[in-house]
Amino acid sequence: MDILLQQLINGVTVGSVYALVALGYTMVYGIIGLINFAHGDVVMVGAMIATTLVVSLVGGGVASMPAWLAVIVALLLAIPACMALGWVAERYAYRPLRRAPRLAALITAIGVSIIIQNLAMMIWGRNYLSFPHIIQPQIFELGGARISLLQIIIILAATAIMAGLLLVVHRTRLGTAMRATAQNREVAGLMGVNINTVISAAFLIGSALAAVAGVMVTTYYGVAQYTMGFMLGLKAFTAAVLGGIGNLGGAMLGGLLLGIIESLGAGYIGDLTNGVFGSNYQDVFSFIVLILVLVFRPSGLLGERVGDRA
Amino acid sequence: MQTTTGFKLMAAAAAVAAGLAAGTAHAADTKTIRLGFAAPLTGPQSHYGEDMKNGLELALEQANAQNIQLDGKTAKFELVSKDDQADPRTAVQVAQQIVDEGVDGVLGHFNSGTTIPASRVYNDAGLPQIAMATSPEYTQQGYDTTFRMMTSDTQQGSADGEFIVKELGARKIALIDDRTAYGQGLADQVAAAVKANGGEIIAREYTTDKANDFTAILTNIKDKQPDAIFFGGLDAQSGPMRRQMVRLGIKAPLVSGEMTRSDTFLKLAGDEANGTYASLAGVPLKQMAAGEKFEQAYKERFKKDPGVYAPYAYDGAWNMITAMKEAGSAKPEKYLPKLASLQRSGATSNNIAYDKNGDLKEISVTIYEVKDGKWQMVKTMVSNAK
Repeated sequence: MDILLQQLINGVTVGSVYALVALGYTMVYGIIGLINFAHGDVVMVGAMIATTLVVSLVGGGVASMPAWLAVIVALLLAIPACMALGWVAERYAYRPLRRAPRLAALITAIGVSIIIQNLAMMIWGRNYLSFPHIIQPQIFELGGARISLLQIIIILAATAIMAGLLLVVHRTRLGTAMRATAQNREVAGLMGVNINTVISAAFLIGSALAAVAGVMVTTYYGVAQYTMGFMLGLKAFTAAVLGGIGNLGGAMLGGLLLGIIESLGAGYIGDLTNGVFGSNYQDVFSFIVLILVLVFRPSGLLGERVGDRA
Repeated sequence: MQTTTGFKLMAAAAAVAAGLAAGTAHAADTKTIRLGFAAPLTGPQSHYGEDMKNGLELALEQANAQNIQLDGKTAKFELVSKDDQADPRTAVQVAQQIVDEGVDGVLGHFNSGTTIPASRVYNDAGLPQIAMATSPEYTQQGYDTTFRMMTSDTQQGSADGEFIVKELGARKIALIDDRTAYGQGLADQVAAAVKANGGEIIAREYTTDKANDFTAILTNIKDKQPDAIFFGGLDAQSGPMRRQMVRLGIKAPLVSGEMTRSDTFLKLAGDEANGTYASLAGVPLKQMAAGEKFEQAYKERFKKDPGVYAPYAYDGAWNMITAMKEAGSAKPEKYLPKLASLQRSGATSNNIAYDKNGDLKEISVTIYEVKDGKWQMVKTMVSNAK
């Protein structure tokens, strides 16, 4: 039982991060129908900036300050930097292609991803950056399982941010405009919604979430490198599809589910199949679940069935 | 008397010829020897590739300063450097490009997974290849062109396995590998050695060379209460893995191969690094006269400490250059026999020689432990190639 609980804790922690990143994918897809493959790299940039800042703030470089303050300062600077990056990508790479076939925009997104990765390689080099060990790993025992303070913070912060996002989308003017644009861009424009502002806002919010996710990942694992965005982006994209791409609640659910499936998969396949399948089938397991969901619910767990728009 | 006059005449003629040559083209006296090199220079493993490349470049620069005469001309060595991205498919394409550029030998690749498929391309072209790869299969394909810069996993794995059981006193051992040719190969060899020494493998788990979350497999392993955990894979994984072990409250030590014995691991694992063991071919650089010299030259040239692989790459390059020097030629068919029968003293060993497969004959494996955040030597074990 304690093993199961430990695996659930492991899964929920990773899942919260997936969910935050998946939200960025799903918001952009919901509004302009673009799968922004560069989103994972925005997470990476957030992680790299935060790591660099914390190293110089705590390492006695600029002025030594308490660890938690350094992380908050790093977060507050990483967020606008990532938002700027997301805005630039949208304004100069995607907006000119808004009326072009979807494939052109998709390939541009892959191009943007490669550009960001290579820029990061030029700025930070090829080596792994290590996040300083400034936060003492305070660990709590919970029914035989162990949970660290950092994990609790990650889970709580992710939950709070997601709740905040839902409020913005469902309770504010901007949110209403976003939902209107998602339903029908042209008509929303005719009703006086400024489409460009709404789309920019989606990228800005998505990138801010990515920055937070980046800081979480680098603090939790202690590693940052310029290629880290690829895998994370792919997993988060899978989570978004699992939950129903375009649906905010779906991205959150998909992220958490994917984290838990991965964790339980890796932890139990070997023992359940008596060693026939081992943890090397971890990813296979996640994708089997994805395929099964898509067979029975083609638009994902919470995705609505939408007819092709004319 | 006669001979002196003859000598003078010849000297005069040579001086005139030299003058003429200098007037027309100085390059006529030198010959550029191009050596192929491929390793991951971008992507998650590029830090290893850079380390290897620096070691090679240092050797070639030193050789160029010596004005070595090959085929009657002064040899200028030049590295034809390619990025194989640690990807087996890219490696084969890159190998073909290297062959097409007309190189005289190959110093690469880095990974076992890339070296093995690429070695076929080089063998077809008759090019001698000295690679960093440690997977046993590399030299067992029946090619006479394959040589190693480092240990084979058979050598390192048997030393690791013996150390875990005999020195650490561990009985129940859990294995994790990253499913690369290197990680899997090393873990297999360790498993065999552990069993041969009376230990028991209680779990075998897998991850990838891109993952950084291991909590799921570690939780599973923790449940089986191992005395030691062996990981076959890279420092980018073993660093976070070590931290997660401590966080999950696993008391067993982490033991790993030479890819973990790096400064990157120490940085990534931080305070939790203490109590990790890793093996590395050879004896510590400081204990060897030539090793200290290498370290100084490296620091002067690149303004940083050499990584794990730089000294082996450096020796590998010198092995090829020495064979060319002995043959007096950079033609593969002429220097290949000299490479096979090589006997020299380098930065990593006083006794560098290849067996019939191209494995290093005698190799010592040193086990290091992290104490106070630094790698410290524990024990050197000598192992012979089989």
